[in-house]
Amino acid sequence: MNVGKQIKEGLWSQNPVLVQLLGMCSTLAITTSFSNGLGMGVSVTIILTLSNVIISLLRKIIPDKIRIAAYIVVIATFVTMVDLLLQAYLPDIAESLGVFIPLIVVNCVILARAEAFASKNRVLPAAIDGLCQGLGYTLVLLVMSVIREFLGNGTFGAGLLNGGEGYKVFSSDYSALMMVMPVGGFLTLGVLIALMQWVQGRSAGKGGK
Amino acid sequence: MDWTKLLSIALGAILINNFIFAQFLGICPFMGVSKKMDTALGMGFAVTFVMGLASAICYFINLLLVRLGLEFMQTVAFILVIAALVQFVEMFLQKMMPALYEALGVYLPLITTNCAVLGAALLNVQNKYSFIESVVYGVTGGLGFLLAIVLFASIRERLYMVAEPPKCFRGFPIALITAGLMALAFGGFSGLQVF
Repeated sequence: MNVGKQIKEGLWSQNPVLVQLLGMCSTLAITTSFSNGLGMGVSVTIILTLSNVIISLLRKIIPDKIRIAAYIVVIATFVTMVDLLLQAYLPDIAESLGVFIPLIVVNCVILARAEAFASKNRVLPAAIDGLCQGLGYTLVLLVMSVIREFLGNGTFGAGLLNGGEGYKVFSSDYSALMMVMPVGGFLTLGVLIALMQWVQGRSAGKGGK
Repeated sequence: MDWTKLLSIALGAILINNFIFAQFLGICPFMGVSKKMDTALGMGFAVTFVMGLASAICYFINLLLVRLGLEFMQTVAFILVIAALVQFVEMFLQKMMPALYEALGVYLPLITTNCAVLGAALLNVQNKYSFIESVVYGVTGGLGFLLAIVLFASIRERLYMVAEPPKCFRGFPIALITAGLMALAFGGFSGLQVF
C-alpha cells in the first residue's frame, strides 16, 4: 500500500476531472461560487469515501453480473443521506446546489472509482483512494469556482466568507457576467485541462531527455 | 389541455433551457460520443427515447412513493427504474434492431448514468408537472440533447480535419471551448419570451 502515490494520483497525475475527464456535469454546473464548489466537493468526497468502503467490503459478495446495479444502490443510499443532511443543516447550500445533489448518484467519478478500484482492493486502500480522488475533485471545483466567481462577479468567497457577503475585489460593474453563465464553465474547464496537458507534456519531455 | 403550456415546456426544454448548454445535464455522453456524426445521432435518439419513457414511468413511481410517504426514496427508486429500463431497451434493440444495437454499442448501458435522464425525472417532480407535461418535458429535453450533440458532432468532425490548435489544446480542451462558444450562442435564446 502506497499512500503517497495515491494522494499524488488523486490530486494531480490521475486527477478525476482534469486527467480522467469524469464528473463533468456537476463540475461545470455548480462552480459559480466558492461556497457551491466547496459544498459539492465535500459532499462528493464523503459519498465517494463511504461508498468505496462499502463496495470494497461487499466485493466478494456482489455477483459480477449485477455489480453496476449493486454499486448504484450503495451510492444512491449515501447520496440520499447527504441530501437529507444538507437540507436539514445547510439549507442554503442545498437550495443553490438544487438538483445536482441527487444527481451525484450518476456522477461518473464515483461509479468509476467503485468499478476500477474499490471492487478490486481491500477496505483501507479503497477508503484512502476515495478520499484522495474526492480531494482532487474538490480541488478542481474550488479552483474553477474561484476563477469564475472572481471574473464573473468580482468577489471572493461569496456565501461563505465575511458573513456571506464575500470579499469584493472589484465592482461588479466591470465583471464579465459571462463567466458565471454556462459559457464560462466550458471555457474555464477547457483552459484548465489545456494547462494540465501543457504541464504534463513539459515534464514528460524533460523526463525523456 | 393547456396547449400553450405544453408548447412553452417544449420550447423551453429544446432551446431556452437546453439540457446541455443551459443546465449542464448529460455532458459526459455529449463529450464522449460526439466525435462522429452517426454515433452522435444514434446516441441522441436513444437518449430521447429513454428520457421520454423514464419521465412517464417515474411519474407513476413518484405517485406511488407519495402515497406511501416515501418521498425521500425518490433518488434510489428513480435510478433503479432507469437502470432497469435501459436494460430492457437494450434487450429489445438487440432482438428487434440489431443494426442500431451494434451502432450504439457500449453507449447504451451508459445512458443509465446519463444525468440528463435522472435529471429530467427529478425536475418533473420539482416542477410539479402533470403526466402529459412530464412526458413532453422528457421527450423535448431529449430532442434538445439530440440537437446539441448533432450540431456539436458536425463541428467537431470539421475541427479534426482542418483545425490545428496548439498541442496542449488538442482533443478535449478545444472541444470544451467549442462547446462553450455554442453555449454562448444558445444563451441568446434565454431572452426568448414564450407567451
